[in-house]
This record gives sequence, C-alpha cells and structure tokens, in this order.
Amino acid sequence: MTDTNMTAMTQTAAAPAARATLPPPVRFRFWAWLWADKRALVSLAYLSVLVLAAIFAPVIAPYAPNKQNLMDLLAPPSGAHWLGTDDLGRDTLSRLIYGSYNALYAASLAVGIGVAIGVPLGVFIGFVGGWVDQVGSRIIDGVLAFPPLVLAVAVTGALGIGLTNAMIAVGFAFAPVLARTMRAQTLVVKNALYVEAATGFGASRLHLILRHILPNAIQPVIVEVTLMLAVALLAEAGLSFLSLGVQPPESSWGGMLARAYHYVEVAPEQMYAPGFAILFTALAFNTLGESIRVLLDPTIKRR
Amino acid sequence: MMYGVPGMVAQRLMQLVPVMIVATFVVFSLVYMMPGDPAMMIAGDYATAERIAEIRQIYGFDRPMLVQYFFWLGNALQGDLGHSLFSNESVLRLILSRLPHTVLLVLYALVLGAALGIPLGILAATRQGTTLDKIITSVASLGVAVPNFWLGIILVTLFSLGYRWFPATGAVSVFEKPLESLYYATLPAVALSTGVVAVLARQVRSALLEVLGSQYIRTLRAKGLGSGAILWKHGLRNVAATMLTIAGLQVNRLFSSAVIIEAVFAIPGVGNLISYSALNKDFPVVQGVALVLVLVVILTNLLVDVLNATFDPRVAAST
Repeated sequence: MTDTNMTAMTQTAAAPAARATLPPPVRFRFWAWLWADKRALVSLAYLSVLVLAAIFAPVIAPYAPNKQNLMDLLAPPSGAHWLGTDDLGRDTLSRLIYGSYNALYAASLAVGIGVAIGVPLGVFIGFVGGWVDQVGSRIIDGVLAFPPLVLAVAVTGALGIGLTNAMIAVGFAFAPVLARTMRAQTLVVKNALYVEAATGFGASRLHLILRHILPNAIQPVIVEVTLMLAVALLAEAGLSFLSLGVQPPESSWGGMLARAYHYVEVAPEQMYAPGFAILFTALAFNTLGESIRVLLDPTIKRR
Repeated sequence: MMYGVPGMVAQRLMQLVPVMIVATFVVFSLVYMMPGDPAMMIAGDYATAERIAEIRQIYGFDRPMLVQYFFWLGNALQGDLGHSLFSNESVLRLILSRLPHTVLLVLYALVLGAALGIPLGILAATRQGTTLDKIITSVASLGVAVPNFWLGIILVTLFSLGYRWFPATGAVSVFEKPLESLYYATLPAVALSTGVVAVLARQVRSALLEVLGSQYIRTLRAKGLGSGAILWKHGLRNVAATMLTIAGLQVNRLFSSAVIIEAVFAIPGVGNLISYSALNKDFPVVQGVALVLVLVVILTNLLVDVLNATFDPRVAAST
C-alpha cells in the first residue's frame, strides 16, 4: 500500500507541469451531433413525440380509452375512428395513444430497477475484488443462465400478475447483465492512474467510487440501458399479450394485439397498429443505442 | 491435472457447480417472493384451513429457509419436483411430456436462423459498403426489433387463414409423426427465428470483416491467393467459433420468446405450461419449468464450450 502511495505521490507532484500543456476539454455539442447523425435525430424525434403523446393522452386522444360504442364493434378505419374500433367498440387510436404511456412507463421501470440493482452491485464487487468478486460473479452467472422471459414469467407469477410486478420481474432479469458490464468496467478503471492518485491523496472509498470510478465506467452501461429499453418494451408487450402484464380494461399494445388476434378472422386490420407501434418504438431505442455507442467509442465505425 | 478436451470439460463442470447452486436457489426462493403467507397464496382464496396446512407441510414452510432449500434440492435431484396444485399430476412427468414440443421449436428456429443468418452475414461482409450490405444490415435491425408474437400472428393470418398452406395452431408429437410435427412447427419456428437471423447476420458480418482485415489475410492476398480460397479456407474457419458461441447464446433467447410464441400457436410446450401456471398460481409447475429450462440452458453452454474446444485446440489449451 505504501508503495502505491509513493508512486502516486511522485506522479501527482509532476502533474502541475503537465496540466499546462493539456488541450482544453472538448465540450459535447448535442445539437451538432444530432444533426450529423440523422438516425439518432429521427429516433429521438419519434421518441419525443411518443413521450408527449403519453403525457398528453387525455388531451389528444379523440375518445376516452374505455368508452364503448356497442353499435360500432370491430369497425374498419373511418373518419370517426381513424384506426377503427376493437371488439368492444373502443377507439383503437385512442387506446394506442393511452397504451404509449404504459409502454414507456413499463420500459423505464424495468430498466430503472435493473440499473438500481445491477450498477451498484457491479461497482461494489469489482471495486472490492477478492472473494466478494468471486461470490458476486457466480451469483450473476447463476441468474444470467435463465432465459430472461422465463424468469420474468416465474417472478411475476410469484409477485402477482400486473404491469408493475411484471416489470419488476423483467428488471430483476436485467440486473445481472448490467452488473456484469459494470464489474468489468470497474476492474479496468480502478487501476487507472487517476484513481491511484486520488487514493494517494487520501480520498475515501465512497469518494473514489462516486467521483472517479462511476463516471468513467458508466459509458458502456449508457449504451446497454438504451438497448434494454427496447427489450423491456418487447417484454411488456409479450407479458401483456399473455395477460400477465397490463390488466384490462387498461390499454397496452400487447394486450391490444391479444384481443385483435382473437378476432383476426373478422377484423384482421386491427392487429397492425399496435404491432407497428411496438416495432417502431423498439427500433427507435435500438437505433439510438447504436448511435450513442458510436458517439462514445470513436474507434468503432458505424456498420 | 488433465489437459486437452477432457481436462477442459472437467474444469467447466467444476465451474458449473456454483452457477447451478445459484440458479436452483433462485428457483427455490421464488416461493418467498410471494407477498404474505406463501402457503395461503398458493392455496388460493377459498382454501380450507386443512388445505393450507397440507401445503405448508408439502413445502415445509415451518422449517428454516436453508433447510428447506436443501430438502427441496434433494427431492429435485431425485426427480421429485412435486405435484401440480390443480391436476395433482407429477410436475416432472408434466414437463417431460411437453418439453419435446418446445425443444423441437427452439432447434427448428435455431437451424432456420443459422441457415439464413450466416449466409447473410457472409454476403454482407464480402460486399461491404454495397447496397446489398446496407439492405442486409437494415433488415437485421428490423429483425431484432420486431415482436416475434406479432410476426406469428401475421404469419397465421397470411399463410393459415389466407392461403391455408399451414395449420394455424396446434402441434403434433415429434416421436409419433416426425414429418407432420415439422410441418406444424414451421410457422412458429419462422416467427421465432427472426432474432437469431438478425443477430447471427450482424455478428458474422463484423467478425468476418475483422478477420478479413487482419495482417495474415493481407499476407495471403499479397501471395496471390484467390478471394474464394481466402474466405472459405481462412476467413470462415476463424469465425466458426464466434458463430457457434453466438448460436449457443441464442438458445437462451429462443426459450424466452418461445413462451409467447407457444401461446400464439397454441403449442402445448413448456412455455405455454409456465405462463398458464403463473396465471393460475400453480407454483410447483412454475418452479419446475424454470428449473428444467435453466438446466437445459446451462448444459447447452457447456456443449458449446466442448464443441469449441474440440474444433480449436487453442481453446482447450487456454483453460
């Protein structure tokens, strides 16, 4: 320990001279990046519209999501109902708009839980090392071995069906993925010179983790989180399709597909809108994730 | 100390022990995630006090958790996964009768995915930057984002209800009528395979590009070796391990997606079994399916490692 302290001291002693020659930090210009990367621009624009639609659903939806019109069941698209109506005579467009709230809420919740468990766990075991790392890594491997959706279905069954529980379950399946990435990154960063220097100055472990390790290790996690939003969205749709997620009469894209499938021979056009909504949203998250990956790691070329 | 492939297998098996312990513990502790008294939750709303006491005894809820775990694990190792709370059928027998449907579906999708994804990846890599390359990579992006079950619904609408080429739902036992079972599994396998196609195409493309851009390939090219010989003799041989590893990882995802695909096509596999049992709080069945599937995945990964080591002696030597 004294040895590393000594090296850290001698290196930091030389630092002021080096500082003068360092170039000024590059400021990240968000709008310039977005303008240069059209795919990211389109994805972000689409997602912004979706977020607005979710927030302002009561204002923009032409009908209340559960308002039934029993005279107009499974109607084809028309002036009154742009995307037609479902088997209970509810307006498909309105349910689609309200469904966007559940989709975004579900994706954020699942990923949020994955981050809340996975990131601290990964940093902790990577930072402490030794047997803690050994045990922690085996736990991560053990949970990772499950097919994610099988684990999610099982955990949802235990917690009780419903959207929030289903997404806690999905987050539970995400956590080991993020913990593994975070652990690997922490192992790289914790041996960096600046961490050693800070240790030499007597920085506390908490300070080291929060100020030096976390900011420098988090980059791959940002990419992973963006891609996970797509996975979570697909999981929500799937679990709601199985009626383990969003419960009727609340609207969700997956649930809408389940009903549409029931009446597919009568009104096949009902299955398109929710499917495309899921596809486009997942695609937007994936595209954005890939763009951020390229942005953060200039050594990889796009496609 | 053993070397070579047997030594590697022995070492992998040793590494699997802690993973198995964690995985089985997760399955076991599912019961403890239930809010309130698990015995009452399992028994349902209208259960009699005797039924609750009986369940408490079946699960051994009165004993300390770790004792229960080893008790449960001991039973599971002997093939006793308990009985369904509804039909009272043996959980293991229930799963074994349904597992072939799911395994057939997953293998079928894997084969389809490899048969399409690998050539697409090679095509994209060898024609890097062309329109064809761009089309393939774009389609691959779609393949990752498309909800499999939606694709399944569309396939049913088009090819079963529309053209009537394929049956819309159901499955046939692979042991009784092998050919017909493949016919029944075709549409679900196609729906299931999109993710594999997309991931394999992308990964094969980038792995191959990396190999083709490496020093020794440049040397071979400089020595006048034709591009065909380079691709087939040197390029593909070096990405074979990557392909195998990625295909192995896809098995995990395929079992995931199969849960929903089996619902769309009404296939009586383990995916349908676990979602139905989760909806109905048939907990021993949920635990049983999760346990069997996690073991299948762990063994698949082991198989991939062994195959890699068999084909490439360096892998076995490096462990």
